[in-house]
Amino acid sequence: MSGLSEAGGEALRLIAGADPRLLDIVLLSLRVSLSAVAIACLVGLPLGAAIGVSRFHGRRALIVVLNALMGLPPVVVGLLVYLLLSRAGPLGELGLLFTPAAMVFAQAILITPIIAALSRQVVEDAWAEYHEQLRSLGENRVGAAMTLLWDLRYSLVTIVLAGFGRAAAEVGAVMIVGGNIDGVTRVMTTAIALETSKGDLPLALGLGVVLLSIVLAINAAAYVVKESAERRTG
Amino acid sequence: MKSELAMRESKDLLPLRLENIVFVAGGRRIIDGISLVLDAGARTLIVGPNGAGKSVLLRLCHGLLEPTAGAVRWNSAETPGCARRQAMVFQRPILLRRSAVGNVSYALKLARIPRVQRIARARDALRKVGLEAAAAYPARVLSGGEQQRLALARAWSLRPEVLFLDEPTASLDPRAAQEIENVIAAMHAAGTKIVMVTHNLGQARRMADEILFLHQGKLVERADAGRFFKDPASPEAARFLEGELPW
Repeated sequence: MSGLSEAGGEALRLIAGADPRLLDIVLLSLRVSLSAVAIACLVGLPLGAAIGVSRFHGRRALIVVLNALMGLPPVVVGLLVYLLLSRAGPLGELGLLFTPAAMVFAQAILITPIIAALSRQVVEDAWAEYHEQLRSLGENRVGAAMTLLWDLRYSLVTIVLAGFGRAAAEVGAVMIVGGNIDGVTRVMTTAIALETSKGDLPLALGLGVVLLSIVLAINAAAYVVKESAERRTG
Repeated sequence: MKSELAMRESKDLLPLRLENIVFVAGGRRIIDGISLVLDAGARTLIVGPNGAGKSVLLRLCHGLLEPTAGAVRWNSAETPGCARRQAMVFQRPILLRRSAVGNVSYALKLARIPRVQRIARARDALRKVGLEAAAAYPARVLSGGEQQRLALARAWSLRPEVLFLDEPTASLDPRAAQEIENVIAAMHAAGTKIVMVTHNLGQARRMADEILFLHQGKLVERADAGRFFKDPASPEAARFLEGELPW
């Protein structure tokens, strides 16, 4: 276990030293993953809620597909986005390949199904409980979907965190579309992969400890906010 | 008593006509050919044994269910997409995770009440049910009885012409139930038609002007409340009142 304690020491040294390069990597990781989460929420939450409150032909098939897409392999998403954004691809003219924007795009694709599928489930369960009351008050389905999203905000926090965790932890997609360019597109996970392949295991592990700490801190903060708000509003 | 509905411009919603309605679910005829006319005024209580179709009848009237056959006709039908002129209170109040006053103003928003009027009107409704002090409390932390009174305030704020109630006191203690009955009586006095399902015969005695007695999906008896309890015309109702039919 000396490797782990060494890594812990390395992590402490990295943090204590406030290495500006490390800070850049951390900030870029957060920027990319949080942007991806924001986009995925804008698309995934309304989509999940809409499917949750509606009944249409092919709904079950759509849910199965959506659930399956939660398991999208990051490298496959990375490859698809790479093909889209590469010079010869349909979006090649945007010149986004190997930029943080491309990484945000890839991660958003990766986690939108997670947020949509999980929110679909909680909205559908709540709809079973609320639908008579909301229909009695004259609410239409679009309004009901929005009302339920707001009413379920505390449950949705956990779902959004699941999406963030997935985005912050994945390496395959950002590696392919970002290219792990030092100072431009290098994030925590690609840096860890690089240091591992170079054989600098303590640094790689140290970076891993930093990444875990950040994810833990964000989850803890969200949990505390959610709990106190929930206790206040029941 | 001054009617809240006196100023209404449009034609009255009532009377409501049910024309030989049938509701089939899972191969069972839950409502089996009921025809009746509900007029404004009298408090109509629907009683009958479990599985008689009371709650389903209420939902068919309110439009939450579509009859398999037959028709539900209002004197002047509500326009889809416009504010509703009828309301319903359920056995278990469904309240949103917002303040008590927020729950009422949400309903007012759906009723197309201008934003500037909503809070005042919501607070007025809360005052009428004795919840003005709880206006800012989260609705979900209120007691069961308070939650049901809030559901009634929400319905009352809409000034409905008809209020449907599906066993609104079934899960409440006698004191809370009494408060609910008082609110319903006040709403009735303010001009709202009351149509209520109950399995509590004491409550039906206290509240009813007329009784609809349902049995196995059929309207077996419709009678003035005093007469129904003293001298039921149908053998099913007589057995029900004697406690031989489960309720």
